[in-house]
Amino acid sequence: MTVNAIDLREKSHWVWRETLAVHRRAPETRLASSLSSIEIFVALYYGGVLRFDPAQPLAEHRDRCIISKGHGSICMYPILADLGYFPLKELQRVCQTGSFLGGIPDPVIPGYETVNGSLGHGLGVATGMALGLKRKGSDRSVFVVSGDGELHEGANWEAIMFASQHKLDNLHLIVDDNRISMLGYTDDIVSHGSLSARLSAFGWDCQEVDGHDVIAVQKALLQMKANSAEKPKALIARTLKGHGVPGLENAPLSHIMNPKPELIDSLLEQVT
Amino acid sequence: MSVKPLAMRDVLLNRIWRAMAEDQKIFFTSADFGSPILDKIRADFPERFVNVGIAEQNLINVSAGLALEGYTVFAYAIAPFITMRCYEQIRVSLALLSEVRPMNVNLIGVGAGFSYVVSGPTHQCYEDLTLMRALPNIRVLSPADHISADALFDRCVNTLGPKYLRFDAQVLPVIYEIDAPDLDLGFHVHRRGGHVCLIATGYMLHTAFKVADSLAAAGHQVGVIDLFDISNFAANQLQAVLSSYAGIVTLEEGFRGRGGVDAMFFEFLARRNMAARMLNIGVEGAYRFELGSREELHEQVGIGPEFVLNSVTTFMQSLFD
Repeated sequence: MTVNAIDLREKSHWVWRETLAVHRRAPETRLASSLSSIEIFVALYYGGVLRFDPAQPLAEHRDRCIISKGHGSICMYPILADLGYFPLKELQRVCQTGSFLGGIPDPVIPGYETVNGSLGHGLGVATGMALGLKRKGSDRSVFVVSGDGELHEGANWEAIMFASQHKLDNLHLIVDDNRISMLGYTDDIVSHGSLSARLSAFGWDCQEVDGHDVIAVQKALLQMKANSAEKPKALIARTLKGHGVPGLENAPLSHIMNPKPELIDSLLEQVT
Repeated sequence: MSVKPLAMRDVLLNRIWRAMAEDQKIFFTSADFGSPILDKIRADFPERFVNVGIAEQNLINVSAGLALEGYTVFAYAIAPFITMRCYEQIRVSLALLSEVRPMNVNLIGVGAGFSYVVSGPTHQCYEDLTLMRALPNIRVLSPADHISADALFDRCVNTLGPKYLRFDAQVLPVIYEIDAPDLDLGFHVHRRGGHVCLIATGYMLHTAFKVADSLAAAGHQVGVIDLFDISNFAANQLQAVLSSYAGIVTLEEGFRGRGGVDAMFFEFLARRNMAARMLNIGVEGAYRFELGSREELHEQVGIGPEFVLNSVTTFMQSLFD
Protein backbone atom coordinates (compact mmCIF):
# COMPACT_ATOMS: atom_id res chain seq x y z
CA MET A 1 0.00 0.00 0.00
CA THR A 2 3.04 2.28 0.20
CA VAL A 3 3.15 4.98 -2.44
CA ASN A 4 6.00 7.25 -3.33
CA ALA A 5 6.60 10.74 -2.03
CA ILE A 6 4.91 12.59 -4.84
CA ASP A 7 1.84 10.37 -4.53
CA LEU A 8 1.59 11.09 -0.79
CA ARG A 9 1.31 14.80 -1.52
CA GLU A 10 -1.17 14.17 -4.30
CA LYS A 11 -3.14 11.87 -2.04
CA SER A 12 -3.22 14.48 0.70
CA HIS A 13 -4.59 17.01 -1.73
CA TRP A 14 -7.20 14.54 -2.98
CA VAL A 15 -8.29 13.85 0.59
CA TRP A 16 -8.43 17.60 1.26
CA ARG A 17 -10.72 18.10 -1.73
CA GLU A 18 -12.90 15.11 -0.87
CA THR A 19 -13.22 16.27 2.73
CA LEU A 20 -14.37 19.68 1.53
CA ALA A 21 -16.82 17.97 -0.80
CA VAL A 22 -18.20 15.82 2.03
CA HIS A 23 -18.63 18.91 4.17
CA ARG A 24 -20.25 20.76 1.26
CA ARG A 25 -22.90 18.02 1.15
CA ALA A 26 -23.07 17.49 4.92
CA PRO A 27 -22.39 20.79 6.70
CA GLU A 28 -23.09 19.08 10.05
CA THR A 29 -19.60 17.57 9.84
CA ARG A 30 -16.72 19.40 11.54
CA LEU A 31 -14.52 20.70 8.76
CA ALA A 32 -11.70 22.69 10.34
CA SER A 33 -10.46 19.96 12.67
CA SER A 34 -10.79 17.41 9.87
CA LEU A 35 -8.46 19.48 7.67
CA SER A 36 -5.69 19.73 10.25
CA SER A 37 -5.27 15.97 10.50
CA ILE A 38 -5.22 15.00 6.81
CA GLU A 39 -1.47 14.52 6.38
CA ILE A 40 -1.32 12.51 9.62
CA PHE A 41 -3.87 10.01 8.33
CA VAL A 42 -2.43 9.96 4.80
CA ALA A 43 1.01 9.17 6.20
CA LEU A 44 -0.41 6.46 8.46
CA TYR A 45 -2.51 4.74 5.81
CA TYR A 46 -0.59 5.39 2.58
CA GLY A 47 2.90 5.86 3.93
CA GLY A 48 3.61 2.26 4.84
CA VAL A 49 3.24 2.92 8.55
CA LEU A 50 0.12 0.94 9.42
CA ARG A 51 -0.52 -2.71 8.58
CA PHE A 52 -4.18 -3.08 7.77
CA ASP A 53 -6.58 -5.17 5.74
CA PRO A 54 -9.75 -3.48 4.44
CA ALA A 55 -11.28 -6.90 3.73
CA GLN A 56 -10.89 -7.81 7.43
CA PRO A 57 -10.93 -4.51 9.33
CA LEU A 58 -10.50 -6.22 12.73
CA ALA A 59 -8.07 -8.93 11.67
CA GLU A 60 -5.65 -9.95 14.41
CA HIS A 61 -2.66 -9.11 12.22
CA ARG A 62 -3.59 -5.42 11.85
CA ASP A 63 -1.92 -2.54 13.61
CA ARG A 64 -4.55 -0.82 15.71
CA CYS A 65 -5.36 2.77 14.81
CA ILE A 66 -7.51 4.52 17.42
CA ILE A 67 -8.98 7.73 16.11
CA SER A 68 -9.63 9.54 19.35
CA LYS A 69 -10.39 12.93 17.83
CA GLY A 70 -13.67 11.69 16.48
CA HIS A 71 -15.24 14.91 15.21
CA GLY A 72 -12.04 15.97 13.53
CA SER A 73 -11.55 12.87 11.42
CA ILE A 74 -14.09 13.30 8.63
CA CYS A 75 -11.07 13.16 6.31
CA MET A 76 -10.97 9.45 7.16
CA TYR A 77 -14.19 8.91 5.23
CA PRO A 78 -12.59 9.41 1.81
CA ILE A 79 -9.45 7.58 2.95
CA LEU A 80 -11.33 4.48 4.14
CA ALA A 81 -13.49 4.50 1.01
CA ASP A 82 -10.44 4.88 -1.22
CA LEU A 83 -8.75 1.95 0.54
CA GLY A 84 -11.80 -0.25 0.06
CA TYR A 85 -13.24 -0.39 3.58
CA PHE A 86 -16.57 0.62 2.01
CA PRO A 87 -17.73 1.82 -1.42
CA LEU A 88 -16.82 5.35 -2.52
CA LYS A 89 -20.45 6.06 -3.26
CA GLU A 90 -21.11 6.05 0.50
CA LEU A 91 -19.39 9.45 0.59
CA GLN A 92 -22.46 10.86 -1.16
CA ARG A 93 -24.68 9.88 1.77
CA VAL A 94 -22.79 11.25 4.79
CA CYS A 95 -25.24 12.27 7.56
CA GLN A 96 -28.20 11.01 5.54
CA THR A 97 -30.82 8.59 6.80
CA GLY A 98 -29.58 5.04 6.50
CA SER A 99 -25.91 5.95 6.12
CA PHE A 100 -23.35 4.66 8.60
CA LEU A 101 -21.20 7.77 8.06
CA GLY A 102 -22.40 10.24 10.67
CA GLY A 103 -21.41 13.71 11.75
CA ILE A 104 -19.14 12.04 14.30
CA PRO A 105 -17.66 8.67 13.35
CA ASP A 106 -18.58 5.59 15.37
CA PRO A 107 -17.25 2.04 15.24
CA VAL A 108 -20.15 0.96 13.06
CA ILE A 109 -17.90 2.32 10.30
CA PRO A 110 -15.49 -0.33 9.00
CA GLY A 111 -12.01 0.85 9.98
CA TYR A 112 -13.02 2.61 13.18
CA GLU A 113 -12.04 0.70 16.32
CA THR A 114 -13.64 2.59 19.22
CA VAL A 115 -16.29 5.12 20.21
CA ASN A 116 -14.85 8.55 19.53
CA GLY A 117 -17.63 11.07 19.94
CA SER A 118 -16.79 11.75 23.55
CA LEU A 119 -13.23 13.05 23.69
CA GLY A 120 -10.38 11.77 25.78
CA HIS A 121 -11.18 8.06 25.78
CA GLY A 122 -9.09 6.84 22.86
CA LEU A 123 -5.71 6.93 24.52
CA GLY A 124 -6.82 4.97 27.60
CA VAL A 125 -8.45 2.22 25.55
CA ALA A 126 -5.42 2.16 23.24
CA THR A 127 -3.18 1.78 26.28
CA GLY A 128 -5.15 -1.30 27.33
CA MET A 129 -4.85 -2.68 23.80
CA ALA A 130 -1.09 -2.04 23.78
CA LEU A 131 -0.73 -3.86 27.10
CA GLY A 132 -2.88 -6.73 25.81
CA LEU A 133 -0.79 -7.05 22.64
CA LYS A 134 2.42 -7.14 24.68
CA ARG A 135 1.03 -9.82 26.97
CA LYS A 136 -0.13 -11.87 23.98
CA GLY A 137 3.38 -11.69 22.56
CA SER A 138 2.13 -9.83 19.49
CA ASP A 139 4.42 -7.51 17.54
CA ARG A 140 1.52 -5.37 16.34
CA SER A 141 1.46 -1.68 17.17
CA VAL A 142 -1.17 0.73 18.42
CA PHE A 143 -1.47 4.24 17.01
CA VAL A 144 -3.70 6.90 18.54
CA VAL A 145 -4.61 10.16 16.85
CA SER A 146 -5.68 12.74 19.38
CA GLY A 147 -6.30 16.47 19.31
CA ASP A 148 -4.41 18.80 21.62
CA GLY A 149 -7.71 20.15 22.93
CA GLU A 150 -8.89 16.76 24.13
CA LEU A 151 -5.70 16.41 26.16
CA HIS A 152 -7.44 18.70 28.62
CA GLU A 153 -9.40 15.61 29.68
CA GLY A 154 -7.62 14.31 32.77
CA ALA A 155 -8.14 10.65 31.97
CA ASN A 156 -5.54 11.02 29.20
CA TRP A 157 -2.91 11.77 31.79
CA GLU A 158 -3.83 8.67 33.77
CA ALA A 159 -3.12 6.72 30.59
CA ILE A 160 0.04 8.71 29.84
CA MET A 161 1.47 7.85 33.28
CA PHE A 162 0.41 4.21 32.94
CA ALA A 163 1.94 3.77 29.49
CA SER A 164 5.41 4.90 30.52
CA GLN A 165 5.26 2.87 33.75
CA HIS A 166 4.62 -0.24 31.65
CA LYS A 167 7.15 0.68 28.94
CA LEU A 168 4.54 0.37 26.22
CA ASP A 169 6.83 0.99 23.26
CA ASN A 170 4.18 -0.45 20.97
CA LEU A 171 2.00 2.58 21.73
CA HIS A 172 2.22 5.65 19.48
CA LEU A 173 0.35 8.87 20.19
CA ILE A 174 0.05 11.39 17.39
CA VAL A 175 -1.23 14.75 18.56
CA ASP A 176 -2.88 16.90 15.92
CA ASP A 177 -1.57 20.02 17.62
CA ASN A 178 -3.69 22.65 15.93
CA ARG A 179 -3.88 24.59 19.19
CA ILE A 180 -7.54 25.48 18.85
CA SER A 181 -10.46 23.90 20.67
CA MET A 182 -14.07 24.98 20.28
CA LEU A 183 -13.93 28.40 21.88
CA GLY A 184 -10.52 29.57 20.82
CA TYR A 185 -6.78 29.06 21.10
CA THR A 186 -5.87 26.45 23.68
CA ASP A 187 -3.03 28.70 24.81
CA ASP A 188 -5.68 31.19 25.94
CA ILE A 189 -7.89 28.52 27.55
CA VAL A 190 -5.57 26.09 29.34
CA SER A 191 -2.18 26.09 27.69
CA HIS A 192 -0.26 22.87 27.25
CA GLY A 193 2.91 24.90 26.84
CA SER A 194 5.24 22.50 25.09
CA LEU A 195 3.43 19.19 24.78
CA SER A 196 6.63 17.40 23.89
CA ALA A 197 8.29 18.76 27.03
CA ARG A 198 5.32 17.64 29.12
CA LEU A 199 5.12 14.18 27.60
CA SER A 200 8.89 13.77 27.86
CA ALA A 201 8.64 14.64 31.55
CA PHE A 202 6.05 11.85 31.83
CA GLY A 203 8.52 9.36 30.38
CA TRP A 204 7.52 9.41 26.72
CA ASP A 205 9.80 9.52 23.71
CA CYS A 206 8.74 12.66 21.82
CA GLN A 207 9.28 14.19 18.43
CA GLU A 208 7.79 17.23 16.77
CA VAL A 209 7.00 17.63 13.11
CA ASP A 210 5.36 19.99 10.65
CA GLY A 211 2.03 18.21 10.48
CA HIS A 212 1.26 19.42 6.97
CA ASP A 213 4.52 18.13 5.49
CA VAL A 214 3.27 14.66 4.74
CA ILE A 215 6.73 13.36 3.83
CA ALA A 216 8.13 14.60 7.15
CA VAL A 217 5.19 13.06 9.00
CA GLN A 218 5.70 9.74 7.20
CA LYS A 219 9.42 9.76 7.99
CA ALA A 220 8.80 10.56 11.64
CA LEU A 221 6.16 7.84 11.98
CA LEU A 222 8.34 5.20 10.37
CA GLN A 223 11.22 6.16 12.64
CA MET A 224 8.97 6.09 15.67
CA LYS A 225 7.59 2.69 14.84
CA ALA A 226 11.06 1.20 14.31
CA ASN A 227 12.36 2.62 17.57
CA SER A 228 11.95 0.45 20.64
CA ALA A 229 13.43 2.40 23.51
CA GLU A 230 11.06 0.81 26.03
CA LYS A 231 9.08 4.02 26.10
CA PRO A 232 5.73 4.97 24.64
CA LYS A 233 6.16 7.38 21.78
CA ALA A 234 4.50 10.62 20.84
CA LEU A 235 4.62 12.69 17.69
CA ILE A 236 3.49 16.27 18.10
CA ALA A 237 2.28 17.35 14.69
CA ARG A 238 2.13 21.13 14.42
CA THR A 239 -0.92 21.78 12.31
CA LEU A 240 -3.40 24.45 11.33
CA LYS A 241 -7.08 24.06 11.95
CA GLY A 242 -8.99 24.66 8.73
CA HIS A 243 -5.78 24.17 6.74
CA GLY A 244 -5.96 25.64 3.26
CA VAL A 245 -9.33 27.33 3.52
CA PRO A 246 -9.19 31.14 3.52
CA GLY A 247 -11.02 32.62 6.49
CA LEU A 248 -11.13 29.29 8.26
CA GLU A 249 -7.43 28.52 8.62
CA ASN A 250 -6.27 29.13 12.19
CA ALA A 251 -9.37 31.18 13.02
CA PRO A 252 -10.03 30.89 16.77
CA LEU A 253 -13.65 29.86 16.24
CA SER A 254 -12.93 27.70 13.21
CA HIS A 255 -14.22 24.56 14.94
CA ILE A 256 -17.80 25.70 14.60
CA MET A 257 -17.45 27.73 11.39
CA ASN A 258 -18.90 26.51 8.13
CA PRO A 259 -17.41 28.13 5.02
CA LYS A 260 -19.98 29.34 2.54
CA PRO A 261 -20.88 26.74 -0.11
CA GLU A 262 -19.73 29.15 -2.85
CA LEU A 263 -16.29 29.35 -1.24
CA ILE A 264 -16.03 25.56 -1.15
CA ASP A 265 -17.19 25.38 -4.76
CA SER A 266 -14.57 27.88 -5.85
CA LEU A 267 -11.84 25.97 -3.99
CA LEU A 268 -12.96 22.71 -5.59
CA GLU A 269 -13.01 24.30 -9.03
CA GLN A 270 -9.37 25.36 -8.78
CA VAL A 271 -7.01 23.27 -10.85
CA THR A 272 -5.21 20.74 -8.67
CA MET B 1 -24.90 -23.87 59.94
CA SER B 2 -22.14 -25.97 58.50
CA VAL B 3 -20.89 -23.60 55.80
CA LYS B 4 -18.71 -20.87 57.22
CA PRO B 5 -19.70 -17.47 55.85
CA LEU B 6 -17.00 -15.72 53.83
CA ALA B 7 -16.51 -12.35 52.19
CA MET B 8 -17.98 -12.26 48.69
CA ARG B 9 -14.83 -10.81 47.21
CA ASP B 10 -12.63 -13.48 48.76
CA VAL B 11 -14.57 -16.37 47.26
CA LEU B 12 -14.74 -14.77 43.83
CA LEU B 13 -11.07 -13.78 43.87
CA ASN B 14 -10.16 -17.31 44.90
CA ARG B 15 -12.19 -18.63 42.01
CA ILE B 16 -10.48 -16.22 39.62
CA TRP B 17 -7.05 -17.13 41.02
CA ARG B 18 -7.70 -20.83 40.45
CA ALA B 19 -9.09 -20.21 36.96
CA MET B 20 -6.16 -18.01 35.90
CA ALA B 21 -3.87 -21.03 36.06
CA GLU B 22 -5.93 -22.79 33.39
CA ASP B 23 -7.40 -19.92 31.41
CA GLN B 24 -4.71 -17.71 29.92
CA LYS B 25 -7.38 -15.26 28.78
CA ILE B 26 -8.26 -13.98 32.23
CA PHE B 27 -6.77 -10.59 33.12
CA PHE B 28 -7.22 -8.84 36.46
CA THR B 29 -7.08 -5.08 36.86
CA SER B 30 -7.29 -3.09 40.08
CA ALA B 31 -7.47 0.59 40.97
CA ASP B 32 -5.03 0.13 43.84
CA PHE B 33 -7.56 -1.89 45.78
CA GLY B 34 -6.47 -5.15 47.34
CA SER B 35 -7.22 -8.10 49.56
CA PRO B 36 -5.13 -11.00 50.88
CA ILE B 37 -6.52 -13.24 48.14
CA LEU B 38 -5.59 -10.66 45.55
CA ASP B 39 -2.00 -10.96 46.75
CA LYS B 40 -2.02 -14.53 45.41
CA ILE B 41 -3.12 -13.28 41.99
CA ARG B 42 -0.46 -10.55 42.07
CA ALA B 43 2.22 -13.04 43.01
CA ASP B 44 1.26 -15.94 40.75
CA PHE B 45 0.12 -14.11 37.62
CA PRO B 46 2.11 -10.87 37.38
CA GLU B 47 1.75 -10.90 33.60
CA ARG B 48 -2.05 -10.82 33.82
CA PHE B 49 -2.49 -8.56 36.80
CA VAL B 50 -2.16 -4.81 36.60
CA ASN B 51 -2.70 -2.11 39.19
CA VAL B 52 -3.50 1.13 37.36
CA GLY B 53 -3.15 3.15 40.55
CA ILE B 54 -5.84 5.36 42.03
CA ALA B 55 -7.23 6.02 38.58
CA GLU B 56 -10.65 4.49 37.97
CA GLN B 57 -11.15 6.23 34.62
CA ASN B 58 -8.04 4.55 33.31
CA LEU B 59 -9.07 1.29 35.01
CA ILE B 60 -12.15 1.16 32.80
CA ASN B 61 -10.45 2.24 29.59
CA VAL B 62 -7.46 -0.09 30.04
CA SER B 63 -9.86 -2.93 30.85
CA ALA B 64 -11.86 -2.14 27.71
CA GLY B 65 -8.68 -2.18 25.63
CA LEU B 66 -7.62 -5.53 27.11
CA ALA B 67 -11.09 -6.92 26.42
CA LEU B 68 -10.89 -5.77 22.79
CA GLU B 69 -7.70 -7.81 22.56
CA GLY B 70 -9.63 -10.88 23.64
CA TYR B 71 -9.05 -10.98 27.37
CA THR B 72 -11.76 -11.75 29.91
CA VAL B 73 -11.21 -8.88 32.30
CA PHE B 74 -12.08 -8.57 35.97
CA ALA B 75 -11.73 -4.96 37.15
CA TYR B 76 -11.72 -4.37 40.87
CA ALA B 77 -12.26 -1.30 43.04
CA ILE B 78 -14.45 0.17 45.76
CA ALA B 79 -18.08 0.29 44.58
CA PRO B 80 -18.74 4.06 44.47
CA PHE B 81 -15.43 4.69 42.74
CA ILE B 82 -15.70 1.97 40.10
CA THR B 83 -19.19 3.18 39.17
CA MET B 84 -19.33 6.93 39.65
CA ARG B 85 -15.76 8.18 39.29
CA CYS B 86 -15.62 6.66 35.84
CA TYR B 87 -19.24 6.66 34.77
CA GLU B 88 -18.59 8.10 31.34
CA GLN B 89 -15.82 5.61 30.68
CA ILE B 90 -18.30 2.86 31.55
CA ARG B 91 -20.91 4.41 29.28
CA VAL B 92 -18.61 4.99 26.30
CA SER B 93 -16.00 2.25 26.48
CA LEU B 94 -18.20 -0.54 27.89
CA ALA B 95 -21.93 0.06 27.39
CA LEU B 96 -21.65 1.73 23.99
CA LEU B 97 -18.63 -0.07 22.59
CA SER B 98 -19.86 -3.52 23.60
CA GLU B 99 -22.89 -2.97 21.40
CA VAL B 100 -20.56 -3.01 18.40
CA ARG B 101 -17.61 -5.12 19.46
CA PRO B 102 -17.59 -8.29 21.54
CA MET B 103 -15.95 -7.74 24.89
CA ASN B 104 -16.05 -9.22 28.36
CA VAL B 105 -15.38 -6.87 31.28
CA ASN B 106 -16.59 -7.69 34.78
CA LEU B 107 -16.56 -4.81 37.24
CA ILE B 108 -16.28 -5.94 40.84
CA GLY B 109 -17.44 -3.14 43.12
CA VAL B 110 -16.89 -3.79 46.81
CA GLY B 111 -18.79 -1.79 49.39
CA ALA B 112 -22.50 -1.91 48.57
CA GLY B 113 -24.72 0.38 50.59
CA PHE B 114 -23.43 1.12 54.08
CA SER B 115 -21.00 -1.77 54.17
CA TYR B 116 -18.03 0.55 54.70
CA VAL B 117 -19.72 1.53 57.94
CA VAL B 118 -17.37 4.08 59.46
CA SER B 119 -15.93 5.47 56.23
CA GLY B 120 -18.78 7.87 55.58
CA PRO B 121 -20.73 8.74 52.48
CA THR B 122 -17.82 8.89 50.01
CA HIS B 123 -17.15 5.19 50.52
CA GLN B 124 -20.75 4.16 51.03
CA CYS B 125 -22.78 3.53 47.93
CA TYR B 126 -26.48 4.28 47.57
CA GLU B 127 -26.68 5.37 43.91
CA ASP B 128 -24.98 2.58 41.97
CA LEU B 129 -28.05 0.42 41.33
CA THR B 130 -29.81 3.40 39.77
CA LEU B 131 -26.86 4.46 37.68
CA MET B 132 -25.71 1.08 36.48
CA ARG B 133 -29.14 -0.18 35.58
CA ALA B 134 -29.63 2.98 33.50
CA LEU B 135 -27.00 1.77 31.05
CA PRO B 136 -28.07 -0.65 28.33
CA ASN B 137 -25.85 -3.69 27.73
CA ILE B 138 -24.57 -3.80 31.32
CA ARG B 139 -25.70 -6.66 33.50
CA VAL B 140 -26.09 -5.71 37.16
CA LEU B 141 -25.62 -8.53 39.66
CA SER B 142 -26.22 -8.06 43.37
CA PRO B 143 -25.69 -11.22 45.44
CA ALA B 144 -26.68 -11.58 49.09
CA ASP B 145 -24.13 -14.15 50.27
CA HIS B 146 -20.77 -15.57 49.29
CA ILE B 147 -22.23 -18.71 47.71
CA SER B 148 -24.32 -16.76 45.23
CA ALA B 149 -21.36 -14.43 44.63
CA ASP B 150 -19.21 -17.47 43.87
CA ALA B 151 -21.86 -18.83 41.49
CA LEU B 152 -21.54 -15.72 39.35
CA PHE B 153 -18.03 -16.65 38.25
CA ASP B 154 -18.98 -19.04 35.46
CA ARG B 155 -21.55 -16.57 34.21
CA CYS B 156 -18.93 -13.83 34.15
CA VAL B 157 -16.49 -15.90 32.16
CA ASN B 158 -18.95 -17.53 29.78
CA THR B 159 -21.18 -14.57 28.99
CA LEU B 160 -19.89 -11.73 26.87
CA GLY B 161 -20.65 -8.14 27.72
CA PRO B 162 -19.93 -5.79 30.58
CA LYS B 163 -21.22 -6.67 34.01
CA TYR B 164 -21.31 -4.94 37.37
CA LEU B 165 -20.99 -7.10 40.46
CA ARG B 166 -22.23 -5.26 43.53
CA PHE B 167 -20.49 -6.86 46.49
CA ASP B 168 -20.89 -6.25 50.19
CA ALA B 169 -17.68 -5.36 52.00
CA GLN B 170 -18.70 -7.34 55.07
CA VAL B 171 -19.10 -11.06 55.63
CA LEU B 172 -22.83 -11.81 55.35
CA PRO B 173 -24.60 -14.90 56.71
CA VAL B 174 -24.92 -17.88 54.40
CA ILE B 175 -28.21 -18.18 52.53
CA TYR B 176 -27.66 -20.64 49.72
CA GLU B 177 -26.31 -23.54 51.75
CA ILE B 178 -28.76 -26.03 50.25
CA ASP B 179 -30.38 -24.54 47.14
CA ALA B 180 -28.13 -23.05 44.50
CA PRO B 181 -29.40 -19.81 43.00
CA ASP B 182 -30.82 -20.23 39.48
CA LEU B 183 -28.78 -17.76 37.44
CA ASP B 184 -31.14 -17.98 34.49
CA LEU B 185 -34.05 -16.89 36.66
CA GLY B 186 -32.10 -14.10 38.30
CA PHE B 187 -34.18 -14.32 41.44
CA HIS B 188 -34.86 -16.92 44.08
CA VAL B 189 -38.10 -17.49 45.95
CA HIS B 190 -37.10 -18.26 49.53
CA ARG B 191 -40.51 -18.13 51.15
CA ARG B 192 -44.06 -17.99 49.94
CA GLY B 193 -46.61 -16.00 51.88
CA GLY B 194 -50.18 -14.86 51.97
CA HIS B 195 -50.85 -11.33 50.88
CA VAL B 196 -47.45 -9.65 50.92
CA CYS B 197 -44.11 -10.44 49.34
CA LEU B 198 -40.77 -8.86 50.20
CA ILE B 199 -38.36 -8.46 47.25
CA ALA B 200 -34.86 -7.64 48.40
CA THR B 201 -31.40 -7.38 46.91
CA GLY B 202 -27.99 -7.75 48.55
CA TYR B 203 -27.73 -7.12 52.27
CA MET B 204 -31.42 -6.24 52.48
CA LEU B 205 -32.33 -9.88 51.89
CA HIS B 206 -31.07 -10.54 55.41
CA THR B 207 -33.25 -7.72 56.72
CA ALA B 208 -36.19 -9.18 54.81
CA PHE B 209 -35.68 -12.53 56.56
CA LYS B 210 -35.64 -10.84 59.98
CA VAL B 211 -38.82 -8.93 59.20
CA ALA B 212 -40.49 -12.04 57.79
CA ASP B 213 -39.57 -13.97 60.95
CA SER B 214 -41.11 -11.30 63.16
CA LEU B 215 -44.26 -11.21 61.05
CA ALA B 216 -44.47 -15.01 61.11
CA ALA B 217 -44.24 -14.94 64.90
CA ALA B 218 -47.25 -12.61 64.84
CA GLY B 219 -49.10 -15.02 62.55
CA HIS B 220 -48.45 -13.40 59.17
CA GLN B 221 -46.59 -15.41 56.55
CA VAL B 222 -44.98 -13.17 53.93
CA GLY B 223 -43.12 -14.12 50.79
CA VAL B 224 -39.37 -13.43 50.50
CA ILE B 225 -37.58 -13.15 47.16
CA ASP B 226 -33.90 -12.53 46.52
CA LEU B 227 -33.47 -10.46 43.36
CA PHE B 228 -29.81 -10.90 42.50
CA ASP B 229 -29.90 -10.15 38.76
CA ILE B 230 -31.17 -6.59 38.59
CA SER B 231 -31.06 -6.22 34.82
CA ASN B 232 -31.77 -9.64 33.31
CA PHE B 233 -34.14 -11.49 35.61
CA ALA B 234 -36.81 -13.70 34.06
CA ALA B 235 -39.65 -11.19 34.05
CA ASN B 236 -42.51 -13.51 33.10
CA GLN B 237 -41.60 -16.00 35.80
CA LEU B 238 -41.31 -13.24 38.38
CA GLN B 239 -44.70 -11.90 37.32
CA ALA B 240 -46.18 -15.36 37.80
CA VAL B 241 -44.74 -15.55 41.31
CA LEU B 242 -45.90 -12.06 42.25
CA SER B 243 -49.37 -12.34 40.76
CA SER B 244 -50.78 -13.98 43.89
CA TYR B 245 -49.81 -11.08 46.17
CA ALA B 246 -51.87 -8.02 47.02
CA GLY B 247 -48.86 -6.10 48.27
CA ILE B 248 -45.20 -6.00 47.25
CA VAL B 249 -42.38 -4.54 49.31
CA THR B 250 -39.07 -3.66 47.67
CA LEU B 251 -35.99 -3.46 49.88
CA GLU B 252 -32.73 -1.97 48.70
CA GLU B 253 -29.69 -0.51 50.40
CA GLY B 254 -29.80 2.54 48.18
CA PHE B 255 -31.68 5.82 47.98
CA ARG B 256 -35.46 5.54 47.91
CA GLY B 257 -37.27 7.38 45.15
CA ARG B 258 -34.24 7.93 42.97
CA GLY B 259 -34.58 5.37 40.27
CA GLY B 260 -33.37 2.20 41.96
CA VAL B 261 -35.13 -1.11 42.50
CA ASP B 262 -38.21 0.77 43.66
CA ALA B 263 -38.59 2.57 40.34
CA MET B 264 -37.91 -0.68 38.52
CA PHE B 265 -40.90 -2.31 40.19
CA PHE B 266 -43.18 0.69 39.68
CA GLU B 267 -42.49 0.21 35.99
CA PHE B 268 -42.72 -3.56 36.22
CA LEU B 269 -46.18 -3.49 37.84
CA ALA B 270 -47.47 -0.77 35.53
CA ARG B 271 -46.26 -2.34 32.30
CA ARG B 272 -47.72 -5.67 33.24
CA ASN B 273 -51.03 -4.27 34.47
CA MET B 274 -50.51 -5.80 37.88
CA ALA B 275 -52.87 -4.58 40.56
CA ALA B 276 -50.61 -5.14 43.56
CA ARG B 277 -49.85 -2.14 45.74
CA MET B 278 -46.30 -1.39 46.65
CA LEU B 279 -44.20 -0.22 49.57
CA ASN B 280 -40.61 0.83 48.92
CA ILE B 281 -37.90 0.49 51.52
CA GLY B 282 -34.77 2.47 50.74
CA VAL B 283 -32.48 5.09 52.20
CA GLU B 284 -34.52 8.15 53.11
CA GLY B 285 -33.30 11.68 52.58
CA ALA B 286 -29.81 12.67 51.59
CA TYR B 287 -26.24 11.91 52.67
CA ARG B 288 -25.54 11.27 56.33
CA PHE B 289 -22.40 11.80 58.30
CA GLU B 290 -23.53 10.18 61.57
CA LEU B 291 -21.41 7.36 62.91
CA GLY B 292 -22.85 4.14 64.25
CA SER B 293 -23.12 0.44 63.58
CA ARG B 294 -24.60 -0.61 60.25
CA GLU B 295 -27.78 -1.62 62.07
CA GLU B 296 -28.01 1.76 63.81
CA LEU B 297 -27.39 3.62 60.58
CA HIS B 298 -30.03 1.51 58.85
CA GLU B 299 -32.62 2.40 61.47
CA GLN B 300 -31.75 6.10 61.09
CA VAL B 301 -32.33 6.09 57.34
CA GLY B 302 -35.43 3.91 57.27
CA ILE B 303 -34.07 0.54 56.22
CA GLY B 304 -33.40 -1.15 59.60
CA PRO B 305 -35.39 -4.27 60.62
CA GLU B 306 -37.41 -2.41 63.25
CA PHE B 307 -38.36 0.42 60.92
CA VAL B 308 -39.14 -2.00 58.09
CA LEU B 309 -41.25 -4.22 60.36
CA ASN B 310 -43.36 -1.23 61.40
CA SER B 311 -43.68 0.00 57.82
CA VAL B 312 -44.67 -3.41 56.51
CA THR B 313 -47.16 -3.96 59.32
CA THR B 314 -48.85 -0.64 58.54
CA PHE B 315 -48.74 -1.47 54.83
CA MET B 316 -50.39 -4.87 55.43
CA GLN B 317 -53.16 -3.26 57.45
CA SER B 318 -53.74 -0.66 54.76
CA LEU B 319 -54.22 -3.36 52.14
CA PHE B 320 -57.46 -4.37 53.80
CA ASP B 321 -58.77 -0.96 54.88
